[in-house]
Amino acid sequence: MPKTIHAPLRREEIGTLRAGDSVLLSGTIYTGRDAAHKRLCALLEAGKPLPLDLRDQVIYYAGPCPAKPGDPIGSCGPTTSGRMDAYAPALCDLGLIGMIGKGQRSAAVVEAIRRNGGVYFAATGGAGALIAACVKSAKVIAFEDLGTEAVRELVVENLPLIVAIDAHGGNLYEEGPAAYRKSTL
Amino acid sequence: MREIDVKTVRETVFELFMSACCEIGRDVLELLRKGLETEKSPFGREVLSQLIENDRLAAARHMPICQDTGMAVVFMEIGQDVHFVGGDLNEAIEDGVRQAYREGCFRASVLSPLERVNTKDNTPAIVHMKIVPGDSVAITAAPKGFGSENMSRLWMLTPSQGIEGVKQAIVETVRLAGGNPCPPVVVGVGIGGTAEYAMMMAKHSLTRECGMPSEDPVLADLERELLESINALGIGPQGLGGTTTALAVHIEQMHTHIAGLPVAVNMQCHAARHKSAVI
Repeated sequence: MPKTIHAPLRREEIGTLRAGDSVLLSGTIYTGRDAAHKRLCALLEAGKPLPLDLRDQVIYYAGPCPAKPGDPIGSCGPTTSGRMDAYAPALCDLGLIGMIGKGQRSAAVVEAIRRNGGVYFAATGGAGALIAACVKSAKVIAFEDLGTEAVRELVVENLPLIVAIDAHGGNLYEEGPAAYRKSTL
Repeated sequence: MREIDVKTVRETVFELFMSACCEIGRDVLELLRKGLETEKSPFGREVLSQLIENDRLAAARHMPICQDTGMAVVFMEIGQDVHFVGGDLNEAIEDGVRQAYREGCFRASVLSPLERVNTKDNTPAIVHMKIVPGDSVAITAAPKGFGSENMSRLWMLTPSQGIEGVKQAIVETVRLAGGNPCPPVVVGVGIGGTAEYAMMMAKHSLTRECGMPSEDPVLADLERELLESINALGIGPQGLGGTTTALAVHIEQMHTHIAGLPVAVNMQCHAARHKSAVI
């Protein structure tokens, strides 16, 4: 049975999560991908305030499709997280506790997750329509000019995720394939 | 000589993208279902079930299968006896793409490469035209997402590396890609030609009905062997481990130079979207 968790996340709860746990996430999360991360980190470097407080928050690496009339959002699956690896450790050190995306993370991000007691969740890449159905509301809160890459506040309900990297050294992107790898070439 | 109004081209391009972005082909769906039956990993089965449900939901609600509605790749085979009238053919294709991405509420993902300024209507399209005998026009729309495109690779092998080198290059490309290209993937391969032609073949092979073997028996055998090797990598659906890493391997080949052995691998996610029509 998947665990039910609520965002913003509580650190003590995150500490109990292990790579390979299935969770259903409800609550408030923020989208951000390449261009938004670049801007957030440029603000940080310039010593300027960020447009959102990242403490205990979850960032979802996603750039949704435009919403059809009457819908809160269009298709909204995860993008490849690796492109955010250059920026993620700095944000984790600011208090960002959770990241949602798809694909492996760099050693630096794995270490930042460990150091800060964070968590990295895998959402199903390409399941854009299914994930959109979990989004109850969406509003742009920063960098509106970036279009799909703007930072959006999403209220989600029962978003199905898998804990991919935990704060205790567990990494499903390593352990999963190793369990099914047969010697080849 | 047959006259075709470019308006017909525009309308066809529009309809093909409207359908391609929202309705996964039966070919892909069949392979996902087959994967679900044989997949050994519980996570793998969970992911495959989600993808099948996602594809059903997207078609039913006519919304994009994936938020990455891609760059708009268009293949056209134009009969040499066709005369286009009523305007600029290239503009008609762009207009069809523009209209589909606006009306379909598809994501505008296209921007200038260095300044990163979005064109906001997903143009320009990437158009490949070929003149063929006859008086008809075949159009294939293949929206291409970049999670998988980014994992593509060109290997300029030396002749001494031979067939074993070719196999290694293809399997290694998939191994290095891991979970990034949204497995289960379709692996498009072009062997031979020149650097750019090898990649063109790799891309074109992805427009083949998914899982349909090559008509060339040597390539068909190679496709089967590589599919087995790739699925032995253990990457699995979404890279979380499992036995369904690829749904299919498609290979095309072309004569090449005595000094070379180009191998291009164009990675395609499970949303292997392609729709065709003939005018």
